[in-house]
Amino acid sequence: MSATEVKRTLSFTQAADDEKTIYQRSKPGRRAFTPPPLDVPERPLDELLPASLRRSEAARLPEVSEPEIVRHYNRLSKRNFDLDTGFYPLGSCTMKHNPKLHERVAALPGHAKLHPFQDPADAQGALELMWRLQYALGEISGLPHVSLQPSAGSHGELAGVLLTRAYHEDRGQHRTKVLTPDTAHGTNPATVTMAGYEVVKVGTDADGNVDIEDLRAKATDDVACLMLTNPSTLGLFEPQIKEIAEIVHSVGATLYYDGANLNAIMGICRPGDMGFDIVHFNLHKSFTQPHGGGGPGSGPIAVSDRIEPYLPRPQVVRRPGTGGDVGGVSSRPPTPNRSTNGEQWSYDLDYDRPKSIGRLRGFQGNFGVFVRSYAYIRSLGAGGLKEASEVAVLNANYLLAKLRQEGVLEYLPAAYDRLCMHEFVLSGAPMKRELGIKTLDLAKRLLDHGVHPPTVYFPLLVEEALLVEPTETETRETLDDFAAMVAEVLREAKEDPEIARNAPYTTPVRRLDEAGAARNPVLRQQL
Amino acid sequence: MSRYTSVTEQDLEQMLATIGVATVEDLFADIPPVLRLGRPLALDEGLSEQEVYGELRTLAARNVSTEDEVTFLGAGMYDHYIPALIDSIIMRSEFLTPYTPYQPEISQGGLQAMFEYQTAISELTGLPVSNGSVYEGPSAVAAAGYIAKHHNGRKRFVISRGVHPHAIETLQTLAVGYGMDVEIVELTDGVTKLPELDDQVSAVIVAQPNFLGAVEPLQEIAEAAHAAGALAVCSADPIPLGLLEAPGDQGIDVVVGEGQTLGNRLDFGGPSFGFFAVTQDLVRRLPGRIAGETRDMDGKRGFVLTLQTREQHIRREKATSNICTSQALNALAGVIYLSWLGRRGLVELGELLVQKTAYAREQLASLSGVSLSHTQPVVREFPIRIEGGVDKAIAHCKAQGINPGYRLSDDELLVAITEQRTRAQIDSLVAAVKEALV
Amino acid sequence: MAQVSYPAELKYHAEHDWARIEGDEATFGITWYAQDSLGEIVFFDAPAVGTVVTKDEQYTEVESVKAVSDVVAPLSGEIIAINETLTSSPESVNEDPYGAGWLVKVKLSDPSEADSLMDASDYEASLS
Repeated sequence: MSATEVKRTLSFTQAADDEKTIYQRSKPGRRAFTPPPLDVPERPLDELLPASLRRSEAARLPEVSEPEIVRHYNRLSKRNFDLDTGFYPLGSCTMKHNPKLHERVAALPGHAKLHPFQDPADAQGALELMWRLQYALGEISGLPHVSLQPSAGSHGELAGVLLTRAYHEDRGQHRTKVLTPDTAHGTNPATVTMAGYEVVKVGTDADGNVDIEDLRAKATDDVACLMLTNPSTLGLFEPQIKEIAEIVHSVGATLYYDGANLNAIMGICRPGDMGFDIVHFNLHKSFTQPHGGGGPGSGPIAVSDRIEPYLPRPQVVRRPGTGGDVGGVSSRPPTPNRSTNGEQWSYDLDYDRPKSIGRLRGFQGNFGVFVRSYAYIRSLGAGGLKEASEVAVLNANYLLAKLRQEGVLEYLPAAYDRLCMHEFVLSGAPMKRELGIKTLDLAKRLLDHGVHPPTVYFPLLVEEALLVEPTETETRETLDDFAAMVAEVLREAKEDPEIARNAPYTTPVRRLDEAGAARNPVLRQQL
Repeated sequence: MSRYTSVTEQDLEQMLATIGVATVEDLFADIPPVLRLGRPLALDEGLSEQEVYGELRTLAARNVSTEDEVTFLGAGMYDHYIPALIDSIIMRSEFLTPYTPYQPEISQGGLQAMFEYQTAISELTGLPVSNGSVYEGPSAVAAAGYIAKHHNGRKRFVISRGVHPHAIETLQTLAVGYGMDVEIVELTDGVTKLPELDDQVSAVIVAQPNFLGAVEPLQEIAEAAHAAGALAVCSADPIPLGLLEAPGDQGIDVVVGEGQTLGNRLDFGGPSFGFFAVTQDLVRRLPGRIAGETRDMDGKRGFVLTLQTREQHIRREKATSNICTSQALNALAGVIYLSWLGRRGLVELGELLVQKTAYAREQLASLSGVSLSHTQPVVREFPIRIEGGVDKAIAHCKAQGINPGYRLSDDELLVAITEQRTRAQIDSLVAAVKEALV
Repeated sequence: MAQVSYPAELKYHAEHDWARIEGDEATFGITWYAQDSLGEIVFFDAPAVGTVVTKDEQYTEVESVKAVSDVVAPLSGEIIAINETLTSSPESVNEDPYGAGWLVKVKLSDPSEADSLMDASDYEASLS
């Protein structure tokens, strides 16, 4: 073996057997769990749970000791790239730093070990936290009525469309269509269909904004709603938003705001003031809930007065008074339920909502996520939230300018030649034509440079799209380095496009056969 | 500059110069002045880390958690013991902070964990294919309804009253959008006895064990559903599945459920995860992310998100679900927990629950004034009826630091047992209820 | 993957489908351009034999790893055969889109509809 070959096959963090699954490490008889003692009189199991109801063979779960579990998942973790480790400019995902305080407060037993069916009188801390979070989100969005219930962004979208339906039905109207821009995230049309409406696409003009004339033509009184993201998925602010709102409202439809891009405008402008009726938030985007490799998230919604009656049940409400008289049976002496500013309120879950669309999920939402988001809002405060958005937009524009300086935009021009907001879209079409590498190849080669690539092939409107969102928590040096990296990949491709086409080289696995995985799906270990 | 941003005066000057604008304000030129907020947000200014911690502690102190009282509250989420190794693993940056694994080459950790999770769920449910998780239990039931709609195009769901009330309500909310009806079948002596099913029934939905803790006759129910051409759907509590016959082996087509009990916190109701498993022929309708095994260009075994054409980002309006973010971290906690329990351990835990539950049930039923609402076999939860109403008993128990269970109605209480409930604790529950009845 | 080609003996539909007409029967498939845009085909959702297809309307779908595409019928008729080999080898559509990668055989209800289809050179010209 040559010196380079040795390097390629071994690494101190990657043993050859790292590919084993936990099942492949199992050995019959090994165990990590020792049960607590059976301290009640034992009865024959067959009497309590007849054999006919029971499995004849135990489910084939792993058989490993605690050290093996810890080592297995530790080693697996080292086969993951993550935000704490490096730059992650995934457009549309807002990969901003996850403050470490949040794990500490979320783990407080008073929050983490609180049963969801606990008597509200004994959950005043949790309910107050939820109420205050609702208030803050209402202020940030400009729409005062908030439900924290939806589990994630697309769940919030579904809530929004179902609220729209309830609103129209309550007025005896049976509308059939929902408008979405052709740049919309896939969750928008999927949600519309789930809610029983037909999707109608609205075009985008040459500047990257909603085509007003197309909207005017399609906004009939059979339209229930227009779903919009502002800034759009192209990272551009819709300057004609007031006019759009007028057109939509003039036919009696609702205007829905997809809050995925809220990071550009906190404290600067508000969807409620732009005329939106319903807004959803992604707490795992702007509000720092860690992405967890694909969740959990949370998708609260905020609505205008006319939509408020239809909000999901239950709602968190507050009433003047001391703790203990909330209803339910708490024998604890009424604690002086003073909020942190000295006022006395009691908090409750209100189920008495006759026009509500009902529930969207169990219990009251992802409370663990609320704790983290609330801590974030309290940490930043009014000034900090605005600063976050300003720096998000500053960083995006700076990175775009640096890429231009490095000559990158020659091959990856910005899809729209204007200032962007918190993210921007580049098109890899010239790169593909002239250098023979696609956006995908650029992304794969960037993996070797130790960064997560930007979002690829979204939005669909831009050919060979690359959607870049640095966020406000990155330093200028990181942005400079990234621009240089991209320039380096292009330079290399000019010499030899094959390098990027076969990248990555230094990751735990190289390019994978996705077609094979889809043709012959193997979705579990065979045991 | 906050503690999370890093733009110094010097940085700002140079960055603005590079961009070619004079001020940060200039970057927002696209926003019409009439839309500018023009005032600070009506929120307090930011606090130091220690102040934020102090406030969150104060709020936590006003909650009565399972560390503050002995709880017999269940009804969908349970006070199981969560082993320390779970947090030590899921708090790792590499699991906590990445996004969905769209670049599989640098996400093999998360993708392999998902594959291992899918295997465990497939084993528990007795069905060949599981996805990588959905939000939680009740919305999984509604999602199962959506795939039944796509599968057979029929008009109605038949759902047992034995399914968790939140799942029934969620299905009702979403059925409005699906354009379908929901028919609820009441329990008979604690279990589900299906009525005649016509050819408009899209899916029959039951829970195992049901909301009143009883073990349901899944085989019969699946056969009745299939005879009518409907899908058989079961929402299952995963811990009892260690002992009970797997629903997939009894003819159930779709098994979903609430995953909180598998290594996840109570967290006042969320986040947790839902699991979702189906038969082979429903695999292309399965919602959510799925990890699949494959090889890389060097022949090494690896994992990728697969069958993505089911999903919203590709199929858009024709997708079988709109799910984007799921519950990856919670599902990871789930598979670590199942690995920790292990093959023998899950069975032992189940047997322990059955014994302790039987003891609690027997002791409570022996009190005069207390009767059992049903006598079906149970695994970990059962309802009791208290003459004269439950409120006095609840108040009396709470005063002694015991939460006796979920208030089903004016005179019924649902009592849940976990492995954390010692005999002494069960005895004090019984004693407290007895005192209250005097 | 196959080389670019648009066989002269076939007729073409603007939605990137071809038809090989033999009397009152025809074989349908997707063109080289279609399979190239889709990428590696992983799944073909075969319609049932006996299904009626209508000219210009979608009659099935073809999936690649990253995309789903509607397949449009170039002519009207009733499906008399489907290409069973595509269940195990959907990649034939990429490798041999006009031969082993055929999708369905149809008994035509109105053979005169063929007049509205393009020939190979017109179709190829329409692609640029």
